[in-house]
Amino acid sequence: MALSHLARLEAEAIHTMREVAATSTNPVLLYSVGKDSSVLLHLAMKAFYPAKPPFPLLHVDTTWKFREMIAFRDQVARDNDLRLIVHINEDGVAQGINPFEHGSNVHTHLMKTVALRQALEKHRFDVAIAGARRDEEKSRAKERIFSLRTAGQAWDPKRQRPEMWKTFNTRLTPGETMRVFPLSNWTEMDVWQYVLQEGIPVVPLYFAEERPVVERDGMLIMVDDDRMPLQPDEVVRRQHVRFRTLGCYPLTGAILSSATTVPEIIEEMVFSRSSERRNRLVDRDEASGMERKKREGYF
Amino acid sequence: MHGQPSVFSPEVASLLDVEGSKSLLRFITCGSVDDGKSTLIGRLLFDGGLVLDDQVADLGRESERQGKGDHLDYSLLLDGLEAEREQGITIDVAYRYFSTARRKFVVADTPGHEEYTRNMVTGASTADLAIILVDSQHGMLPQTCRHTYLASLLGIRHVVVAVNKIDLVGYRSSIFEALQTHYRKFVLTLGFETVQAIPVSARYGDNVTSRSIHTPWYQGPSLLEYLETVDVGKEVTNTPFRFPIQWVNRPNASFRGYAGEVASGRIAVGDPVAVAKSGQKTAIKSIVTYDGEVASAEAGQAVTLVLKDEVDASRGNMLTSPTARPFVADQLQAHVIWFDANPLLPGRSYILRTETDSVNATVTKLKHRVNVNSFAREAAKSLTMNEIGVCNISTQAPIAFDAYKDNKTTGNFVIVDRLTNDTVGAGMIDFPLRRAANVHWHAMDVNKQARSAQKQQAPAVLWFTGLSGSGKSTIANALDRILNAHGRHTYLLDGDNVRHGLNRDLGFTDVDRVENIRRVAEVAKLMADAGLIVLVSFISPFRDERRMARELMAEGEFIEIFVDTPIEECARRDPKGLYEKARAGKIANFTGISSPYEEPEHPELHLSTIDSEPTDLALQIEDFLARRQSQ
Repeated sequence: MALSHLARLEAEAIHTMREVAATSTNPVLLYSVGKDSSVLLHLAMKAFYPAKPPFPLLHVDTTWKFREMIAFRDQVARDNDLRLIVHINEDGVAQGINPFEHGSNVHTHLMKTVALRQALEKHRFDVAIAGARRDEEKSRAKERIFSLRTAGQAWDPKRQRPEMWKTFNTRLTPGETMRVFPLSNWTEMDVWQYVLQEGIPVVPLYFAEERPVVERDGMLIMVDDDRMPLQPDEVVRRQHVRFRTLGCYPLTGAILSSATTVPEIIEEMVFSRSSERRNRLVDRDEASGMERKKREGYF
Repeated sequence: MHGQPSVFSPEVASLLDVEGSKSLLRFITCGSVDDGKSTLIGRLLFDGGLVLDDQVADLGRESERQGKGDHLDYSLLLDGLEAEREQGITIDVAYRYFSTARRKFVVADTPGHEEYTRNMVTGASTADLAIILVDSQHGMLPQTCRHTYLASLLGIRHVVVAVNKIDLVGYRSSIFEALQTHYRKFVLTLGFETVQAIPVSARYGDNVTSRSIHTPWYQGPSLLEYLETVDVGKEVTNTPFRFPIQWVNRPNASFRGYAGEVASGRIAVGDPVAVAKSGQKTAIKSIVTYDGEVASAEAGQAVTLVLKDEVDASRGNMLTSPTARPFVADQLQAHVIWFDANPLLPGRSYILRTETDSVNATVTKLKHRVNVNSFAREAAKSLTMNEIGVCNISTQAPIAFDAYKDNKTTGNFVIVDRLTNDTVGAGMIDFPLRRAANVHWHAMDVNKQARSAQKQQAPAVLWFTGLSGSGKSTIANALDRILNAHGRHTYLLDGDNVRHGLNRDLGFTDVDRVENIRRVAEVAKLMADAGLIVLVSFISPFRDERRMARELMAEGEFIEIFVDTPIEECARRDPKGLYEKARAGKIANFTGISSPYEEPEHPELHLSTIDSEPTDLALQIEDFLARRQSQ
């Protein structure tokens, strides 16, 4: 009997995480609270059962995440009895970096990319497991499952190690680190079908309900707290919206939707004609935006 | 925390049903630069309605920015790196996922430049089918041949020859037919199960998703139709059970499970299994998963196996069928593809990494290089970047494996540079060499411990090294008498004596001296295993070989004794008259005269023979042994 598509993907991800556990000295799981992280954590629980995952969770908090994400994160760590490390770039906070005055590029660079580098260096993690998928974006489609980072945490796309079969070269030279992507071969649809099949909890922001939003640069931005300055012509309206991806609330566009359950989300996707990251301001800045950020150490 | 699953609309429910049961085809596109690989896949995705609206808008903007006017450049859907879009070439493999009404697909779009062969191999290693593009105007190029050969070497059994840019040759059937004939002849010996040629124009979409009106002479399927229906059935559940151990799961004292992915075959609770490297047999007690215990598991499933008995097994070992076991050997022949700018050198030490094992290894012999255009075997001293060769490989410790043709998962390895940690090569194992074939390591009930306990002694290998005439044999002989008198079980291996029998075929060249020591070390190891105290009296001039002998023995078992006598004194004693002959030039390669002696750096015992009696020195060694035994 042939394994189902999801069963194959699940086995591949478990295999990948076990390789990390067996070969690295100080691994960490980058937990960014979204649906991919939910799936990743679920797979980690499966991979090492009956033992606990042999690594802590790391969340890089930009201080601009949706409030519901933070609540969900803390709940998940408690429920699974896992060690959660939260890292904030305190220099950035001291400088008052925010996406409104400094723009999405500066904000993301300092509060995400630099913050991540700080956290990895502070705790001396040699391998970081993350939930990125190749179907998200064109430069991600080019990245290995075991992806080497130079001593400066940078990705050098021209120097990627060949990666044959499932025989991974996990060796690191001093200073080098590894990013590992167990969900590389999953699509957005696979993720939601797996969430449904396994009953995995996800942040309620993925489900449609009435939320306060303003229209800005063609996107629907949710007013999650009172730090958001409104332009004179902007009106906060309550609309039935949900999110396809989650990031910093001022940079993440909502979509009008009536999907309140996972099957309804899947139904909506079946008929959707746009890609998931379309509502991420971060990726739209320029054609090679994602690649540039990755080279600097962004996920 | 999410809403309860509700019922799907009938339309979506049936769609998801179909989705779940669709088969998966993994394929690659390959061929020479500018043959249109990325454009073809971009076109396939576009015409198949698989490119989303915002991506089409991006594509339009990007095409315009690259100076293509309002003509869509489909390759930009795949070439995701900045350098790729700037140079208009593919550098690294891109993976895309799509599904049609009939099948799910993973396509790896691989680069055509020879320089990036490693990235093509990356994509090909997991593919079931290869689309080889050939430009109608240029015909078969060296890269077409190389990629075809690599595809066959990596075990791809199905090939589509996409004869591209057929529009640029006026859709002429004669050109298509000539290319097809040429290609089929070329691949005759490569063992492909199916070869399908299709005339296409990636740019205009002819025969990509539907049959073209411009090629009425072509009666076959369009590319997409063919991909949706080709049967690449591979049966890995009928092959013998293989379970490479990834990670030993020990959350507490009462649980010990072996985590891994079933590489081939199937396993059920109660089934007997063998540990590949030791031959120990046991049976499956339970198969543990997060979702509960299961009765059986098959190829492709990641599970945790709990065994009935306590066995010695860890990462790098395999649990296998006890009747159809893998090879366990430290010598093997393999096809190797070399990726690195620094060439592969026979004799250099590399790291050989199988799916879960990692050992030091050297290429002992480069048998030949393969010419990818003619498949001719060419003599070669090294493999340079992107060359393919057949090598004999020796590993520092035995590894468990199958032939690649029988099992892709347990028959592959990668080669890692010890200094840079770069992946410098990929290997496909052909077979084990010599003694290893069909000789499995048997786990014996009476072991070394039992044998030495019976003799009431700790086994040891006392390795006497020093110049000819230094007094090694005299001291060893005196020690042997003392030990024998004390009721110890010993054996004395003497260089001259062994050369009369076991090593009578060896001379005194460096190569023969290395082999001389290797054999004696192996014999000493067996004797120590029998529980004996072994005295080895050999000049053994090279540090490397003495280190090799040391590494063969158990920790602390090898005792290096440097019998230190200045060469002038040895020559003065000259008990066999050899120094006189050597000085007269009558003996070639004489240690200390015409061949080097490398003194030990850290011997366990350093004996100076000047002003000491052999018996006193022997007693000094006995004293060392007695202290060791009491520890």
